[in-house]
Amino acid sequence: MIKKIEAIIREEALDTVKDALRAIGIVGMNVVEVRGHGRQGGVNLQWRGTAYQMDMIPKIMISVILSDRNVERTVETICAAARTGKEGDGIIFVYPVDDVIRVRTGERGGEALAYQDDIDQKGNAKR
Amino acid sequence: MFSTVKGTRCRGTAARRWGKALALAAFAIFIGGGLAFAEDAPTLKGVADAVKAAGGAAADATTSINIMWTIIAGFLVFFMQAGFALVETGFTRQKNAAHTMMMNMMVFCIGAVGYWLVGFAFQFGGINAAYPAVTNAWATAGDWAHSPTTLGDWGKLLGSSFRIGQFGFLGGSGFMLLGLGGNTGVLAFFLFQMVFMDTAATIPTGSMAERFKFSGFVLMGFWVSMIIYPLVGGWVWGGGWLQNIGRFAGLGNGAVDFAGSGVVHMIGGAVALAGCIVIGPRIGRFNKDGSANALPGHNIPLGILGTIILFFGWFGFNPGSALAFTGGGAFLASNAAVNTLIAGAMGGCASMFYMWWFGPSKKPDPSMSVNGVLAGLVAITAPCAFVDSVGATIIGLVAGVWVCIAAFAIEKLKIDDPVGAIPVHFANGLWGVISVGLFACGVPASDGWNGVKGTVRGLFYGNPSQLLAQLCEAGAIIVFVFGLTFIFFKILSAFKLLRSKPEDEIMGLDIPEMGALGYSNVDIKMHSGRVMPQAPFMGNGKKS
Repeated sequence: MIKKIEAIIREEALDTVKDALRAIGIVGMNVVEVRGHGRQGGVNLQWRGTAYQMDMIPKIMISVILSDRNVERTVETICAAARTGKEGDGIIFVYPVDDVIRVRTGERGGEALAYQDDIDQKGNAKR
Repeated sequence: MFSTVKGTRCRGTAARRWGKALALAAFAIFIGGGLAFAEDAPTLKGVADAVKAAGGAAADATTSINIMWTIIAGFLVFFMQAGFALVETGFTRQKNAAHTMMMNMMVFCIGAVGYWLVGFAFQFGGINAAYPAVTNAWATAGDWAHSPTTLGDWGKLLGSSFRIGQFGFLGGSGFMLLGLGGNTGVLAFFLFQMVFMDTAATIPTGSMAERFKFSGFVLMGFWVSMIIYPLVGGWVWGGGWLQNIGRFAGLGNGAVDFAGSGVVHMIGGAVALAGCIVIGPRIGRFNKDGSANALPGHNIPLGILGTIILFFGWFGFNPGSALAFTGGGAFLASNAAVNTLIAGAMGGCASMFYMWWFGPSKKPDPSMSVNGVLAGLVAITAPCAFVDSVGATIIGLVAGVWVCIAAFAIEKLKIDDPVGAIPVHFANGLWGVISVGLFACGVPASDGWNGVKGTVRGLFYGNPSQLLAQLCEAGAIIVFVFGLTFIFFKILSAFKLLRSKPEDEIMGLDIPEMGALGYSNVDIKMHSGRVMPQAPFMGNGKKS
């Protein structure tokens, strides 16, 4: 089974999360700048003496595609790296993925996800 | 502004009595006399010629220095255009950036044309015409003209105006600079006055930004540069009735407005206020229950950069208005520079702390601090050369708080002023005009200002009548500039030339009005013109 992790994190947490993911062997990822809010609602600002709420806060969304056996470890890593303990640390979604095709080689499924030194090889070496 | 810098000036005794010139002349007598003795018997004619030659050269140098200072100060004032453009664009939304920027550039070009055509002639066409002598205790003896003698001898130039007795209303010579081109001082004076006019003309573009139809804006530019600014500005600076009010009615030294809190800022502010009321608030600014929504500007760094540029330009605006850097002019310019610095800084501090302590989020609001700095600068513009630094401090502090109060009051009245042009320029222009009548401390270089005996002194320095003269100026600006401009904008509105269509306003004026985006690459309106060249090696895999 292939899964997709979508982690919405603080903009300033990107570098920490990216390094932590590399360290456990997540080699590929996509990053999108997004705007939105969760339970926190937004931040209060002022403009020429009038208070207003910016409810669409800029965030970073990282998406990672991986085998389901690696999901737990990856999620834990992201949480540990992105957490400050204050409102606005973000949220993580996990989805099922039907298939993966690598454009250059035409490989499909799990093969298309395999890289040198990826999370599986690192994990096997450790065990 | 346009009075003699040193002492009184009587028509007919045209010789400028500069200390430097006299010293040089005395030196010339000594040398000339000595040489004459050595060579030949002295003749009275020889001595007189030497005096004339040396005195003339000194007067030339004096005039040249004054003209150079005036023209350089004019260049500094011109650069304020950049400051206005940045503040107004930074304080509005990015969907209107090209439109707001374009207004700030074109108002200069339009204004220059209008001012050259008729504006300068209406404002200053009669500045060199002598008013008949008045026989009363307060006026200086003889008839009186208001032209700045520091900029050289203007002969009979700019000497025709429409007037009734001591009431001058409109200048009537110098259209398109015809007949003036040969006089260096008049040319420098024209440049200096042109950039001043433009400062007033660019103020309303801020208060009406984000919904001002561009064709209406062009007409507004001509209205300000050709008619309303020259008319009322001439009353205070061009030898008009407000300037004479001291000579014939004994109100202080007449309306005293050194660099134009009233003439430039309050006129611009009154046009801005009239426009703002007629054009109405931006869509979405006020809710049905009367509460206001913030429509935040898109770039505070631009706004603050613009403010600093304006502050820099103000060092030409205020000290340059001495129109002289020799004799008493040096004092007036230096005093104006220091007071400008103090009041601008005090205005910024006052509004920053006001918002920090009393604002809605209890933080030092950058956008109101920008308004506070500008408020302090606007308020010190009229009194800058006539007050001491204590006066400048009080004027600046009051300005910084007053701008916040005025901004909130204007919002309560449901007048939508995106950049704060009304609280800054109208409210604090008013405060600046009044503050001359309170804090002017009788600096010696102001002796004989506007043809009135004695120095310029305000209420706190023993001359309450000066305050009355200042109130006359403020009242005249409110009644005539606001009143006539209100009618002007109503006419534009009736012809549907004032406000852009609601759908254009919602989309942002950049595309419908300008046909160009301020920021074509970062907006959400991604257009198909985005260029991505196709690499030749792509498509290699299609054979498999």
